[in-house]
Amino acid sequence: MKLRSVLLALLVIGAIGGTAALLYAWEAPIPSIDSRSAGAPDRAKARRGASLALLGDCATCHTAPGGLPYAGGLAMPTPFGTIYSTNITPDPETGIGRWSEAAFIRALRSGVDREGRHLYPAFPYDHFTRVSDDDAKAMYAFFMSIDPVRSSAPPNELPFPLNVRLTLAGWKLMFLRQVRFVADSSKDEKWNRGKYLVDGLGHCGACHSPRNLLGAEKASASFEGGEAEGWRAYALGRRSQSPVPWDEAALTDYLARGSHPQHGTAQGPMANVVDNLSLVDSTDVSAMAHYLASLGKGEGRKDVETAPSGPGRLPQAAGIQAATPSIPSDSGGAIYAAVCASCHEGDRALPLGGVRLGLSTAIGGETPANLVNLVVRGIPASTGGSAHPIMPGFGDVLGDRQISDLANYLRTQFAGKSQWDGIGKAVADARVTGELDSATKSKRFGEGP
Amino acid sequence: MTTLTINGESRSIKASPDTPLLYVLRDELALNAAKYGCGLGQCGACTVIVDGKAIFSCITPVMLLEGRTITTLEGLGSPDAPGPMQRAFLAEQAAQCGYCIPGMIMRAQALLNRDPHATDESIKGELQPHLCRCGTHMRILRAIRRAAEEMKLKTADARTRR
Repeated sequence: MKLRSVLLALLVIGAIGGTAALLYAWEAPIPSIDSRSAGAPDRAKARRGASLALLGDCATCHTAPGGLPYAGGLAMPTPFGTIYSTNITPDPETGIGRWSEAAFIRALRSGVDREGRHLYPAFPYDHFTRVSDDDAKAMYAFFMSIDPVRSSAPPNELPFPLNVRLTLAGWKLMFLRQVRFVADSSKDEKWNRGKYLVDGLGHCGACHSPRNLLGAEKASASFEGGEAEGWRAYALGRRSQSPVPWDEAALTDYLARGSHPQHGTAQGPMANVVDNLSLVDSTDVSAMAHYLASLGKGEGRKDVETAPSGPGRLPQAAGIQAATPSIPSDSGGAIYAAVCASCHEGDRALPLGGVRLGLSTAIGGETPANLVNLVVRGIPASTGGSAHPIMPGFGDVLGDRQISDLANYLRTQFAGKSQWDGIGKAVADARVTGELDSATKSKRFGEGP
Repeated sequence: MTTLTINGESRSIKASPDTPLLYVLRDELALNAAKYGCGLGQCGACTVIVDGKAIFSCITPVMLLEGRTITTLEGLGSPDAPGPMQRAFLAEQAAQCGYCIPGMIMRAQALLNRDPHATDESIKGELQPHLCRCGTHMRILRAIRRAAEEMKLKTADARTRR
């Protein structure tokens, strides 16, 4: 008798709790619109939206390899499963053609689609929630002005219970703070503009901050470095391990042009970011650099040699390979001397010579991921606006063991640090990243003759 | 002394182990098809195939190549008996000055060996590291497509005969 009433009470509590959770998680659909009945687009507004979409790096995720821009379908591997980006062109059936402005803004800031379904936080609404009304409206005007593309993304590959979107309400309860950006009146306009873009649309922290077990950014560790698609997104600000500390001028240059003589070339997911930033208003890029510089500087290293930068150095072939230092006896050193030194110590100025390796954050940095990725795949020619050094990849020439030996030699020789932890796994991972990369090659290089 | 397997033959190399393969091919073995372009791995003229992958021989020291299978353009056929890729380049007259062509052929061969049904997109993507200043790109593309067809026919032929 007693047991039965306890069970009954539990059942009632459970039912009430379940209903409450469901009510909390429930989002109403927003009525569809007929985009064909919309008036003439506001061109100035749409143009502003186009620039904001570049600052938000939207096309990078919402475009599949070889696909049309913004038509979605890119597979995004996450620790939880694969999520496919959606079509955000104004196609009524497969895109956002039936979405009203209110539906678009709700999706951007709250991660809920027009039909009321919660969106996975691979879409960085935890950052976009800071976007102003005006900017969100301009972005809507832009997306509604582009050509509709009929294209449906494959279904996500997620295990139960993550494939139930209502569970995302719980994630949002814990990790999504819906706050608009509030300017700090003690700082100038440029700083505030920079912070608005970096924390909001730019969603820099999505890669450059570490994430917890549930995939949310650790608020207490902002910009302390994170991972993205097999690459390390280095710590920004005081924890940066760049051998030459970043300053505002270097940040401005790097973000606008994609490379800097003392910091190297943006690669991996950051290559897409700088391709996009090369097309936006330079005042926005300077504002972002200004704010990022205010986060502080790393300590750097005292003993680094900066890049050779003499005038009058002409483009030239390598000639007979420059005399390399005597061949060291260890395997990594021997590979460095025979393979790397002719460019990296050849004394040709950038972009025709290699970066001085003492300047490399890939070698002195937090994890070996980027160094190994660079050795395996090289640095391909840019598809964006920047002119930067290119480097051939050595993944087909060097075996896994040789790459590990080389990475450890570079680490001890040029960063003065002890050998890498987990270098074997880093090499195996880089092979996977390299495969992914060659799968997207036709996307990056498909516009040749 | 380094020993290399080139076009199916074992060759003993006198040059020091840190010598780039290209110099050994041209200076020591008189295999002159691979060309010296930039010496930096940025133009593709020196490309050869190692273990099925196209690599730049100008920046690959021979010490990394012991025990591996190296194929140069000479390994695909001779002037008297050209291979399918070489025949296709001749048929399409894809060479103008011809300096870049041996490298282009080697990378195209490696691609088709791996993927006989390579699309135009993947051919273009794959050949991205190769520079041609004469501008015969469209003919090169046609030649690779022609070679792909011929190689497919040959495999189909071999299959029916079996």
